[in-house]
Amino acid sequence: MLEATRNERHRLRESIITMIIWLIAIIIITIFGWLLTDLLVHGLGPLTWSYITTEPADAGRAGGIGPILVSTLLILATCMAVTVPIGLGTAIFLAEYTNERSPFGRAVRRSLDVLAAVPSIVFGLFGSAFFCFHLGMGFSILSGGLTLACMALPIFIRAVEQGFRAVPDEYRMGAAALGLSRWATLTKVLLPTTMPTLMAAFVLSVGRAVAETAALIFTSGYVDRMPQSLMDSGRALSVHIFDLSMNVPGGDDNAYASALLLVGLLLLINLIATWIAKATQRQWTATA
Amino acid sequence: MTTTPLNILPSAPPREVVCAPGRDEACASFTATNLSLAYGSKSAFRDVSLRINPCHLTGIIGPSGCGKTSFLSCLNRMTDLLPCRVTGSLNFGETNLLDGSLDTVALRRQVGMIFQKPNPFAMSIHRNIAMPLREHGMKSSSEIDESVEQALRDVGLWDEVKDRLNTSALALSGGQQQRLCIARALALKPAALLLDEPCSALDPIASGVVEDLMLSLRRRYTLIVITHNLAQARRIADDVALFWVREGTGVLVESGPVDQLFEQPRDEITASYIRGIRG
Repeated sequence: MLEATRNERHRLRESIITMIIWLIAIIIITIFGWLLTDLLVHGLGPLTWSYITTEPADAGRAGGIGPILVSTLLILATCMAVTVPIGLGTAIFLAEYTNERSPFGRAVRRSLDVLAAVPSIVFGLFGSAFFCFHLGMGFSILSGGLTLACMALPIFIRAVEQGFRAVPDEYRMGAAALGLSRWATLTKVLLPTTMPTLMAAFVLSVGRAVAETAALIFTSGYVDRMPQSLMDSGRALSVHIFDLSMNVPGGDDNAYASALLLVGLLLLINLIATWIAKATQRQWTATA
Repeated sequence: MTTTPLNILPSAPPREVVCAPGRDEACASFTATNLSLAYGSKSAFRDVSLRINPCHLTGIIGPSGCGKTSFLSCLNRMTDLLPCRVTGSLNFGETNLLDGSLDTVALRRQVGMIFQKPNPFAMSIHRNIAMPLREHGMKSSSEIDESVEQALRDVGLWDEVKDRLNTSALALSGGQQQRLCIARALALKPAALLLDEPCSALDPIASGVVEDLMLSLRRRYTLIVITHNLAQARRIADDVALFWVREGTGVLVESGPVDQLFEQPRDEITASYIRGIRG
């Protein structure tokens, strides 16, 4: 009798917990779906081929976003061209060449974690003072890309470091026992194993960089002309969206279209990175 | 020791110890003299003096924590990867293994190591063997393919995997993975192989297959096998060394030919251990 009521209560508790978990999952999906639907409903109308390719007119109320798209990609490329080599090197140094408990490694790690949590506006001011004025790069795509790299580096390094630490020590022991040099162990055993994490870290960093507004207003600037070089000022998509929705009355529809494009861009980069991770792994595991 | 009923362990048939033709000079001996190893202030084993005969299969037995694995790690300088200090003297043939300027890459090619848990890399079966070969300077693809096939045949894995050489090694069963690891080490044409409890993570059938494999490699390589399985030591070993924990550190209690150690142990501890009374 007692046993039966206890079972009953047990089962009730189980089902309540299950329901709560489902509810949370549904809420999250609903919010994302709502957001996406809103974007699609308002943004799909103005989003035409000519919108993507032409220059903006009337402060963005008319025309397209061709130059803005080009600036965005250039800023992103600058950012990742700096982030990936420096980040990969630092992550390898932290994971493979420093003890997890050594004071130096801990100091570097702590600094990175603090940097990752610094608000982007602070990076913007730093980038403006350091790259634009101190180094004399002015308001340019280069300044913006480098500022974004400062922001993306901490996230990228920590994620890649975790990836290296997740490789079981048996691989390192096995490689050493086979007489593989440290370099061969790194490039032939550890890197291929961490490739998926590497790509995930890449997507994470690109996501943070491409969504950035505050840090770019002060560094790469507002100019919506087609950039002629990396030293030109260029307006990023996120800055454009911010400007259209905040400063330009009647710019809402085009802001939606730009936002939709931004989400599409992120999705595309995500897909490409996943594909690269799969392809390289396939190549590494194959005979050659 | 006259009353000891040792028949629970089936005695191996007497064997001739003769090196395979042409391999005598390739097989080399290890000679440890007063070898000690400590992690900081914690001593793992102390004053071990042991000669390991070339082309023999030497079994190392003893309870957990008696320094067997630490001893094995000295023999291919895997100790370099550990925060430990090694003192005494240790030679591999004529080579002084404790020489700080020793080329460990070359040494580990000569002295392969197999771990308790099979550790193939997350790559294809073929590449697991081919990649180290290539790193050690083998260039021609046909030569590599031949070595891969030969190594896989040596461990009896060829027929099982020849149609899926390009699939992931991680998809193999535990026993197959362990044999792949042995093949990977053999492909480098070592003189000696160190095996740290190679069967203990495997099921009885896979364990039997690996044991047969070790028997087939005997005489062709100097083999040193740590095992917790006394019956296995008796079945496969030419010589046996018993480690023990004494005063908080590992010591070598007794070593010698397998029959002598199991039938006329000189030490009281050896007698009790092999009878299953202690340890």
